[in-house]
Amino acid sequence: MDISVLQTLASRNLWGAITPEILLGGLALVLLVIELLFPKEHGRIVPVATLVGLVTILGGVLFNAPSAYLNQETFNGLLLHTHGGQIMRIFFLLAAIMVCVIARVSLAKQSLPRVEFYHIVLVVTAAMMLLAQSNHLVLFFVALETVTIGLYILVSYYRTSLTLEAGLKYLVMGALSSSLMLFGIVLLYGVAGNPALPAHTAQSMHYGQLAAFLAANPHNFLASIGIVLVLAGVAFKIGAFPFQIWVPDVYQGAPTPVTAFLAVSSKAVGFTALLALAGTVFASYAWLVAPVLTFFAATTLLFGNFAALTQHNVKRLIGLSGVSHAGFLLLGVAAVSRAPMAVGAIYFYLFAYLLASFAVFGVMAHVAGANDADQELDHYAGLAKDRPFLALVLALGLGSLAGIPPLVGFMGKLFIFIAAFQAGLYGLLAIAVIGVVVSIYYYFGWIKAAFFETWGKSVDAPTHPERTPVDFVTGFALSALALAVVVLGFYQGPLGAWLSAR
Amino acid sequence: MSTLPFDPLLVAIFAPLAVALAIACGLPKRFSVKLAYVGFGLPLLLALHVWFYYGTAAQTHGYAFLTSYSTGLDNLGIGLKLGLNGISLPLFVLAGIVGFAAGLYAIQSGAERLKIYLMLLLVMQGGLMGVFASVDIFFFYFFHELALIPTFIMVGIWGGRDRNYAAMKLTIYLTLGAMLSLIGLIALYVKSGAHSFDLIELRRVIAAQPLEATVQHNIFGLLALGFGILVSIWPLHTWAPLGYGAAPSSAAMLHAGVLKKFGLYGLIQIALPLLPAGLIHWSHPLAWLAVVGNVLVIGFVTIAQRDLKQMVGYSSVMHMGYAFLGIAAGSTLGVGGVVLLMVAHGLSVALMFLLTTSVYQRTHTFALDEMGGLAQKAPVLSALFVAATFAGIGLPGFANFWGELTIFVALWKFSPLITILAVAGVVISAVYGLRAAARVFFGPATPEFAKIAAEHPVSDLRWSERLPALILLAALMFIGFWPKSLSTALDATLSPAPAAQVGAVK
Repeated sequence: MDISVLQTLASRNLWGAITPEILLGGLALVLLVIELLFPKEHGRIVPVATLVGLVTILGGVLFNAPSAYLNQETFNGLLLHTHGGQIMRIFFLLAAIMVCVIARVSLAKQSLPRVEFYHIVLVVTAAMMLLAQSNHLVLFFVALETVTIGLYILVSYYRTSLTLEAGLKYLVMGALSSSLMLFGIVLLYGVAGNPALPAHTAQSMHYGQLAAFLAANPHNFLASIGIVLVLAGVAFKIGAFPFQIWVPDVYQGAPTPVTAFLAVSSKAVGFTALLALAGTVFASYAWLVAPVLTFFAATTLLFGNFAALTQHNVKRLIGLSGVSHAGFLLLGVAAVSRAPMAVGAIYFYLFAYLLASFAVFGVMAHVAGANDADQELDHYAGLAKDRPFLALVLALGLGSLAGIPPLVGFMGKLFIFIAAFQAGLYGLLAIAVIGVVVSIYYYFGWIKAAFFETWGKSVDAPTHPERTPVDFVTGFALSALALAVVVLGFYQGPLGAWLSAR
Repeated sequence: MSTLPFDPLLVAIFAPLAVALAIACGLPKRFSVKLAYVGFGLPLLLALHVWFYYGTAAQTHGYAFLTSYSTGLDNLGIGLKLGLNGISLPLFVLAGIVGFAAGLYAIQSGAERLKIYLMLLLVMQGGLMGVFASVDIFFFYFFHELALIPTFIMVGIWGGRDRNYAAMKLTIYLTLGAMLSLIGLIALYVKSGAHSFDLIELRRVIAAQPLEATVQHNIFGLLALGFGILVSIWPLHTWAPLGYGAAPSSAAMLHAGVLKKFGLYGLIQIALPLLPAGLIHWSHPLAWLAVVGNVLVIGFVTIAQRDLKQMVGYSSVMHMGYAFLGIAAGSTLGVGGVVLLMVAHGLSVALMFLLTTSVYQRTHTFALDEMGGLAQKAPVLSALFVAATFAGIGLPGFANFWGELTIFVALWKFSPLITILAVAGVVISAVYGLRAAARVFFGPATPEFAKIAAEHPVSDLRWSERLPALILLAALMFIGFWPKSLSTALDATLSPAPAAQVGAVK
């Protein structure tokens, strides 16, 4: 055997670049082994093992924050390790930890197998982290499909009729959007490999090569159709208008931790893709991408906020409010080409959204009964008296989502607005202001349900499912989220300097 | 020279917030109330301290007690920068005095869930001290919102009639106003090219290179609209009487007395010096809106009120009209008059809300038709109420007189016609003010009141109610007899006139 091959491999050990993702995959396999070894106790061991593993991996990533592979391409250009990719790795790991924390509360109310749930969450998270660093349309698509297929299973995990309906809707709509995107990718691939065109390339799925080709052919018809189709596929992921129709039903039917996973991680996946594609690869097609993004942003902001006004089911409400947050983020993406600070603003907004959303979802998991789809605003009556801790966390989370200072959500909105103003998007800003004012109404209604009716003169005890007591781990996680929501609102410290660095 | 071993402004902001945090962490009620005295008292003492030492303190860029702290966003030109100039000093002192009075009144009020009530009030107090101490306009806005949120909650939980509707309306109107002014501030940040929210830096950059006239017009319009909603400019004032009618007394005192001045303060401190051409462009529409809408229309609406608390709410909307008129005049005299009026109105409206609630506790109604003859049973209350009414009308001896007088003098130069209309407003406020005082306190007792008085024996003001009222009245008369205590610093900051400070339009 030729030992030099091994030597070359060892000296250029590319696998080191994706250690966190490999560890996640390994952890997912370990969970299956645990189930085999401890058939009785695995219900208790698995969540703990998952959490410990995730926290360890997160610690490792944070410890190695300036990765040795920064700004390098690995695996023949499949991956590109950027500053943004590192940020999103941390983001997805944090989100996975919170999903597992919520799942501990929520799954306890069902008699269902546990291992598969955590297993899929881990695999999907690994795929998301790869996607955040992908530099090639093939890897991008494969990672995206891994995420989506994992979510198909998770959405219909509870096997009630509403959950199954949600799963089916998500499957059909997801398959449609995947095929749109694939068609777009194929068009781009075909046209970029056309030898008759200048700067044609055999490596036409590689972001850098594709960008070079597009720059050389800035008005190619087929390429522009391909771009629009790819953007449409991504718009499905983030729930942008007019690809948001699945959101309320799926969010309502899916188990609460999965709803959180969809709302935060899946949306963030879409925005990482959008930043990579719209911001850099398609940059020379700004004449096409800018109006498409502006359309998405304007309609998404309006639709999300106005549709959320009439909701009584909190899962639908949070789903539609999530649509409006996608609108604010799209406003940032639309500003990227002309305002350099927009990228940092989007990352900050995503983190702010993560903290506040999981605070709210954490409370929802405690208030929900055995029927997970049935979570009405009325169930929150008297929460402030019953469970002051949960009510406080809920108020902070919702306040931050509404963008009320001194909470972190306000800073996120402020940065996005500054970036949008720098980019001269005055019309979109006016729509965003309307959106903020409208959103106050429904967030406020929820807070009102939890607080104001409590000390009213005549409270007929409304029927609500029994509220789960808060245990130590969840209590700790929720307190940490609430604290972060408050503190990051006025003191961003090194994190602010890091995210706002130009 | 001030010789405190710490930064008085920072401590004045964070002492109430720290006390609020301690209460939130579950301090027992006994200690909570004791600590609340510290939380409300310390800002007052520090405010008086900086007032006393302002004249001798070292000045940097026109600010005394200037300090800055990094919050990690230096790259974006955001940092906690604290300092006081002649415009912010009077308001900082106002916030200290009214906050202390409102705090005392809240502690004696025996509200349900007193701990949470005090906690929210303390957060509000911390925010108010921060608004006027901030040199960085990001934090100026930030502290305003920090003080605003507790208002919504207090109206929603401890409010009176229609509290849910009032809280919702208040929230939506004020959020809209705040968002519009935020966009205006962002516009200033981006268009000036300073990429800093630091007011000193913004002034320097704009002095070197003034903004184009159209940009100034647009930004000023945006700020005037946004701040205008927050100050209840006609016809966007409807949240104010409703909100104050429903708000618990201490929250109404702090909001109407101090927080509402945020919008005017923003116009004077930020818009006037940075956007002089904007003021010239908008001054006539602004002045007419203020004199016809706020002064005359709302004046007549106030006369028509049959509910004492609503009447006080409407009268505060009316007085804001004078403030807008002073700003429209734009001269040193006019703007200085606005600052004096802001302080005077803050003190007198807080006193009015306090006394109104005390009246309600004795009559169990706000309806003017059902009251009468309270003076025989509560002479101290009636004396204080009449004094507050005189202050509201603007009689000499009270601080309001100097504010209104200087505004009218400055306004004459701007437009004699508007001045005449505005002076007619004084007559209107005399009509409703004196009539209300007469209805409530003098004349024979109505049958309704006689019945209530028989059920609940009427007592005069207790000392715990008298003390906050006397503090407010003393401050009103102190400034009324010695306006120079504020005007020296004001004059130094406002000369030459703010609209001319930065120089002409390009």
